[in-house]
Amino acid sequence: MHELSIAMSIIELAQEESVQRGVQVSAVHLKLGALSGVVREALLGSFEMACEDTPLKGARLVIEELPVLIFCRTCDAQRPISSVQLFCCAECGTPSGEIVQGKELEVVALEIEEWDRSPV
Amino acid sequence: MGSQPRLIEVRKNVLKQNDLTARALREQFRAAGVFVVSLVSSPGSGKTMFLEKTLTLLRQNYRVAALVGDLATENDAIRLARSQAPVKQITTGTLCHLEAVMVENALQEWDLNQLDFLFIENVGNLVCPSSYDLGENLRLVLISVTEGEDKPLKYPTIFYSADVAVVTKIDLAKAVEFDWLAAYGNVQAVRPGMLVFKLSAKSGEGMDEYLDFLKKRLHESRAAEVI
Ligand SMILES: [Zn+2]
Repeated sequence: MHELSIAMSIIELAQEESVQRGVQVSAVHLKLGALSGVVREALLGSFEMACEDTPLKGARLVIEELPVLIFCRTCDAQRPISSVQLFCCAECGTPSGEIVQGKELEVVALEIEEWDRSPV
Repeated sequence: MGSQPRLIEVRKNVLKQNDLTARALREQFRAAGVFVVSLVSSPGSGKTMFLEKTLTLLRQNYRVAALVGDLATENDAIRLARSQAPVKQITTGTLCHLEAVMVENALQEWDLNQLDFLFIENVGNLVCPSSYDLGENLRLVLISVTEGEDKPLKYPTIFYSADVAVVTKIDLAKAVEFDWLAAYGNVQAVRPGMLVFKLSAKSGEGMDEYLDFLKKRLHESRAAEVI
């Protein structure tokens, strides 16, 4: 299971942004492709655990799962596949390995709260 | 009035650091003219014997070396040293995959200019290695006939991340009633057009065809450099 190290990378990335922008992160929005090799449930659990001793403690991980899309030469268009066990155009059945979506493992947005900047 | 949470756009690849390191490695390999092949497989695929045979046979005419990712409890490196090729172990501890930075660190004492082929044996695992680019030129996914024909359907992601599939222990195919056509069909279902070799490191069957392919790829990558 490598979701823990992925979760730690996500936290590190969010931390960097949070410090740079002087904001508190309350949620991290992630795009997760079906071919990313990362399991959603395992990642959610790991994220919660890995947040514990960091300034992100309590932050939510919001995952948007992206299905695989291939380029179908027969349809001359982007199409979904029949299943991850069958890389064929779901419309016409032509086999295709030209993936146009599904590898994503990307932090797309942060939900933030401005830090209280009042003098100490 | 309560404060409203605000959404700010970020758009950053989580594995950015690994991808950058892998890109730097790939450039280093290109400059040195070394062809880098990585191996992913499940623990029972016979990958160590396969790699030992590969190193032994290639060593007759090429300069070869290997990096081996081992969990703390394993020691494939000792076995591979029998091939007499330089072998270095990367102990991953409890980590179930190699990352580009581990390869980078392991290579620090080696002069890549002195090599034709470098092999990287990943930790035996068909899930986790798929997310990590190691800068290799070619990634082989190994399945043995003893594991059955449906491995590709169970682990489509690793087949997607690999370039070529190798079916090993083909000498045992009859004994375990391995259905080659079904296995080949399953590979094509998850990765249309994927090249599949079948071979036995033990009997030597199919090894020449696979080694010729590696040699051809090495020469092609070097020829591309000259132009
Ligand atoms: Zn189509």
